[in-house]
Amino acid sequence: MSSIPAALFPRRAAFFGGVYSNSHALEEAIRDARRRGAEALFCLGDLGGFGPHPGRVPAILREHRVTVVQGNYEDSVGHDRPDCQCGYTDPRDNRFAQIAYDYTLLNTPASCKSWYRSLVRTLRIEMGGRRLLLCHGSPRRQNEFLWRSTSPVPFLERLLRDYEADVILCTHTGLHWGRTLPSGGQVINVGALGRPANDGRTNVWYALLSVGAAYEAAGPAPLAVEFVPVAYDHERLAREMRREMLPEEFVETILTGWWTTCLEVLPAREREAGRF
Amino acid sequence: MNGPQEAGRSCDAWPKVEMTGLDTVWFYVAGTLCNLRCTHCFISCSPDNRSHGMMTLQEMHPYLDEAERLGVREYYLTGGEPFLNREILPILEATLRQGPATVLTNGLFLDQLTCRKLRAIADASDYSLDIRVSLDGWGPEDHDRIRGSGTFHRAVNGIRALAEHRFLPIVTVTEAAEGVGGIDGRTRFLELLLSVGLSRPRIKILPLWRIGAEAGRARGYESWERLSSDATTPEGLAALQCSSGRAVTTRGVYVCPILIDEPGARLGARLEETLRPFGLSYGACHTCYVSGVTCRT
Ligand code: SF4
Ligand code: SF4
Ligand SMILES: [Fe+2]
Repeated sequence: MSSIPAALFPRRAAFFGGVYSNSHALEEAIRDARRRGAEALFCLGDLGGFGPHPGRVPAILREHRVTVVQGNYEDSVGHDRPDCQCGYTDPRDNRFAQIAYDYTLLNTPASCKSWYRSLVRTLRIEMGGRRLLLCHGSPRRQNEFLWRSTSPVPFLERLLRDYEADVILCTHTGLHWGRTLPSGGQVINVGALGRPANDGRTNVWYALLSVGAAYEAAGPAPLAVEFVPVAYDHERLAREMRREMLPEEFVETILTGWWTTCLEVLPAREREAGRF
Repeated sequence: MNGPQEAGRSCDAWPKVEMTGLDTVWFYVAGTLCNLRCTHCFISCSPDNRSHGMMTLQEMHPYLDEAERLGVREYYLTGGEPFLNREILPILEATLRQGPATVLTNGLFLDQLTCRKLRAIADASDYSLDIRVSLDGWGPEDHDRIRGSGTFHRAVNGIRALAEHRFLPIVTVTEAAEGVGGIDGRTRFLELLLSVGLSRPRIKILPLWRIGAEAGRARGYESWERLSSDATTPEGLAALQCSSGRAVTTRGVYVCPILIDEPGARLGARLEETLRPFGLSYGACHTCYVSGVTCRT
């Protein structure tokens, strides 16, 4: 383990989910995480899609030394694939997903694409003696959706067992949640910086994990998990999206906090909680 | 004409699907018993088909325990008609304690009282409850011809009652209704569902498996409608629901919810002993592979 840099053993770390080209939320989240004492910053992939100017987010991530795990978007854009591989099944969802993807693919600088291809799909780090596994969708599939209401405890225990981890961190769904399991294991979906959480609020979310104060004396224990709301200049983002002629449906989500597209993949519980 | 024998090939010629891990368990809670006798039912359910019986909650417990140990992700309750099972509500409660559940119904028993109870059960669980109701056409003409007279209006009333109790039912439509697969057909269905009061309609379109009653209604499988190893890819096989699911009836554990009338598809008495590869020798397997369908939501 001696060759692993100290950043892989932080006491406090921030985990960002899908950024979807929302560079303003990303900058705000980085500032916020540093202010709260995060020693390391991670992003779990899906840097593009939905928002404007896909070249901006990769530059910010590199400037601030955010460690990035590959999402399905980076796999697709990096390899010039025909679609985003988000895993939607509904024709309307697919149409909007394709608009976002075509725009992103066309406007992503070539230098970003080779970086996207080189990103790892999973990453293991340690915090307070706990083995963390970072991935995009799930440890077993880059585009698997782990929603709260369809990720039951026995299934999550199995993932932790199969992948020899104490904590799994993921994104891909855009909705944040966490479960601490009877075994003491933890599974945390860190949410997304790219768009609000379908709750009628315009802020976005990230996850901040900390090693408990008692660690040195008592040994490994579940990490403290905090979901942090991030307010940012969403009206500016909306203006930029309109200038880039991105669909008004996307803009509406940014301005209202309610999802208007990609809804058919939501399980009943999550769908009932939204407006559309 | 669905069995492996007719095509006259040796067993190892069939493509094999690996079991990658048990994610999905189907419970045939009503067996093959149904209040209807639809002409396209691929397991020929009817009021008098007792080849698979009603499951009691007590019969389900050992399977639920096993599923918990194996880390199953989701459950489906089907039949036949699940709401014929007198214990359906306690069965649903027990299932939802362990994971998300989907109930597949023809909608005829979904009255106000039942929907109110379902709402309470759904709200008490940490996990999602989905209700899937079948329609087979845009109006009584198509639907009732397949499902029996008067059934369209009763199913629509059931859907409305669900909507009144804040459910977002998924309406499944089979390809027996002509033109449902296209964009126009879809749009017409969405309009129909909006008009009966579903503000956020969800639709799932299913192909027809040419077995059971459907083999008599339209036709059965031709001998060439089989899969071969050289015409399948590992990714295609891994996407089949038999790579990650099993179906439980009163007669044991089957490879999938489609082949419960095939003795060769019964893989054991317990879930654990059925987690092994399966040779795809049936006509129905051809439909699954070619249409890329899964019965899951
Ligand atoms: S298709 Fe469904 S409702 Fe019709 S007979 Fe079969 S099980 Fe019953
Ligand atoms: S019918 Fe479909 S799900 Fe069942 S074994 Fe054949 S391919 Fe698999
Ligand atoms: Fe994703």
